[in-house]
Amino acid sequence: MPYPKRFDGRKFDETRPIVAKVGVIPRADGSAMFKIGNTVAYAAVYGPRNLHPKFMQDPKTGILRCDYNMLPFSGHGERVRPGGGRRAREISMVTENALRPILDLREYPNTVVDVFIDLPQTDAGTRCAGITAAAMALADAGIEMKDMVAAVAVGNVQGSIIADLTYDEEQNKTETEGVADIPVAFMPNSGKVTLLQMDGKVGRAELKKALELGREVCKKIAEIQKAALRAKYMGESQ
Amino acid sequence: MEELKMQDKAVVVPGDTVAQGMGFLPSKGTYRENDKIIANRVGLLSVEGKVLKVVPLAGSYMPKIGDRVLGQVSDVLFSGWRVELFGPYSSVLGVKDATNEFIGRGANLAEIFGLGDLVVCKIVNVTSQKLIDVSLRGPGLRKLKGGRLIKVSPMKVPRIIGKDGSMVSMIKQATGVNVVVGMNGMVWIDGTPEGEIVAVETIDKIQNEAHQPGLTNKIKEFLEQKTGKKVEPRALAEGE
Repeated sequence: MPYPKRFDGRKFDETRPIVAKVGVIPRADGSAMFKIGNTVAYAAVYGPRNLHPKFMQDPKTGILRCDYNMLPFSGHGERVRPGGGRRAREISMVTENALRPILDLREYPNTVVDVFIDLPQTDAGTRCAGITAAAMALADAGIEMKDMVAAVAVGNVQGSIIADLTYDEEQNKTETEGVADIPVAFMPNSGKVTLLQMDGKVGRAELKKALELGREVCKKIAEIQKAALRAKYMGESQ
Repeated sequence: MEELKMQDKAVVVPGDTVAQGMGFLPSKGTYRENDKIIANRVGLLSVEGKVLKVVPLAGSYMPKIGDRVLGQVSDVLFSGWRVELFGPYSSVLGVKDATNEFIGRGANLAEIFGLGDLVVCKIVNVTSQKLIDVSLRGPGLRKLKGGRLIKVSPMKVPRIIGKDGSMVSMIKQATGVNVVVGMNGMVWIDGTPEGEIVAVETIDKIQNEAHQPGLTNKIKEFLEQKTGKKVEPRALAEGE
């Protein structure tokens, strides 16, 4: 059974409406909010700051530490138990890996840059929203980074290659045809991939097509990120 | 083809291509990728001939030798004190650099500077691993008593000090409070309660409007209207 038209009437390559804001958490060194449809991610950056426990310190470079956290009543279905679990641990790690290529913390030995990502409301695509918000928050904290990172989920829903899946679309599998959910993150300037995961099954040709789509969408998201950053600092400088 | 993609004083964000062509030189806050020059932090672009740099608008304090900073004693060590600098790194104040008075062997160092004491000090050494030595020897360097401490963005400290200290001197004239600005973004204010409030308001205003042209005049008007006193921007003497 094909999936000719999306549940919410979007085009296949169209994302949900995006709102991006920088500087939403006053006490953090840098912060940002990224809302895509019903998924909302807040990211707060603290540091570079002193790192404890001390054995984690690296005298060669500062380190990046991410914490991904879905709030208890944010998702579909059952309450998410607070305090993080195996899923949150994994996503924290992939977020770290997605952001580390753009940072160079050698100027800050023995320190840590803490990134806290909280999701008060979710409708799929949370790790992508989190990474996108975190990249803006890192820039807002004045940390040197050679590029931005933008992320989006692409997928194959019953043969249709689509961008920015919702929860309903992720669940829309049938007996014969599955759904592939592929979160990807790109550095928009160089076009390099910093996150690539997959849930489901996809063929080689479809994967290629999906990645191409992801790259295009991420470029657009990166423009939104930059515009949000500029909006904050333009306001300050004029 | 050589082309400047963004104008002088434009707000840049990481990943922005600011110029194209080998004729430009990347400086602080930018890097070269093939023939492009790309910004790597948020800030204002500054074009000086062919040299492109980004004046940062946000960031944490990076200690530099010679900086006058405000610190807080956070620990008493064997032969000195640990001084917190409210940034990524803390510093050590050695007994030798602490006072001109004689400190005998086995003296209780906590009696000279206790935990929580505020000091205006000067950074005398920074290693590659960011171990920092500070000193209290020099004009105006001392322990601070009373007053209040506020934090501002370290990137905006030059505007708060103003040219040759003109902003600080205006605040002092108008409100009669004592103001000490540390390069690490800590500001100490001591005076009458009313004066302190006006001083804090003024510093907030400078921070919020840090990159507007004609800031000195605006602050002058603001202070005159708040206090009803005439103020004149003038240079501060060393250590004031």
